[in-house]
Amino acid sequence: MLLSISISLNISYNEYNKSKFINSSNFIFSSLYNTKYTVSKYLNLEYQNKLLLEENKNLKQILFNSKTNFRINEKIDSMDFEIITGSVIKNSYSKSNNFITIDRGSSDGIGIDNGVISSNGVVGIIDKTTTNFSRFISVLNTKFLLNAKFKNSNYFGVLSWNGKSINQVQLKDVPKQAKVKIGDTIVTGGNSLIFPKGILIGYIKSFKLDNSENYLELEVSLSTDMTNIENIYIIGNNNVTEINLLNE
Amino acid sequence: MNNIIYNLVLGMSLILLQALFLNNINFLEFLNPFIYIYIIIYFPIKNNRPVFILTAFIYGLLMDLFSDTHGIHSASTLCIAYFRPYLLKLFFGMAYEHQVVKFNSLELKQNIFYLFSMVIIHHIILFSLEVFDLSKINLIFQNVISNSIFTFLSVFILYEFLMRKSR
Repeated sequence: MLLSISISLNISYNEYNKSKFINSSNFIFSSLYNTKYTVSKYLNLEYQNKLLLEENKNLKQILFNSKTNFRINEKIDSMDFEIITGSVIKNSYSKSNNFITIDRGSSDGIGIDNGVISSNGVVGIIDKTTTNFSRFISVLNTKFLLNAKFKNSNYFGVLSWNGKSINQVQLKDVPKQAKVKIGDTIVTGGNSLIFPKGILIGYIKSFKLDNSENYLELEVSLSTDMTNIENIYIIGNNNVTEINLLNE
Repeated sequence: MNNIIYNLVLGMSLILLQALFLNNINFLEFLNPFIYIYIIIYFPIKNNRPVFILTAFIYGLLMDLFSDTHGIHSASTLCIAYFRPYLLKLFFGMAYEHQVVKFNSLELKQNIFYLFSMVIIHHIILFSLEVFDLSKINLIFQNVISNSIFTFLSVFILYEFLMRKSR
């Protein structure tokens, strides 16, 4: 019957890689959201400005206190990572599989599997692009997986989200030997090609042994406020094709 | 004809309202009223059931396109469109079988029961498909109960607003 047709349709949508059509980064829907964004972006300007100023301050602090000599206007010849700025035009965080749409697309140089960060840390990974818009999987998506490690040691684990609290994610499969302190910083590990090493993710809130009693399971509170993201950076890795050739 | 155009315009504006404003309420971080199902609950009664079910499916699909949810809205709107005649028969009994039910003159008690059961069915299907994990069943129930109270109130207010005015 019609009902069973719809249920089977629905289950096939659940494998979200296959759903090429049903998403809000296609032209009509993204331009609608874009129109809404151009109207509503002014409401949030003050907070976003403060965020950017804060980030600039931190970067300047690193720059002025570093031992090596940088020149601010120095041209970089070869770049491993390329950074593109963008704005969020549609955010969602109340569901268990959240996707976020941004106003940059393949014409701006964005490709699938680029990483997305905000001023405060990791927010997601691009999973679909059109010419002028693209969509990324938010950290707050139960299908999101990321390699992450401790800032002060090299123990690493897999970061995922259980769908419960919107400012806490879980870091699993951390070896038992790792010395864990509450409040320690969790950053991205270098094992994936998506993010450069050492981008902030969050801070440890609590930890316990998992069911197998061989690994630790950590609750990590996110450094980014996912309910209020607007200005983001998209990171593209220029060496991806070369490294992938190696792995074939 | 006039009626069809009215419902089409109402449906489209409800979808836009839902996608652009109500999906961003996120009261207490997870509460949103799903007001767009108003049109399926109070669509004028006709006998053309397959067409109605198909319309409900397309209507839900539009909502899916807006909110990046893969088919969960279309499945749940389709289900309530499917169950609608049975619920109407259950709550309005003889009046429905003799085709004398008019949505703009319902009794308050019957209306509340009918509306609430439709909303509950919609939300149960919506959230269990969205979470899609039996181990998180308390999360599903928490979402269903709190969101359906929210939706119920907003749809009821919209009903009073639209139907009372046209009476």
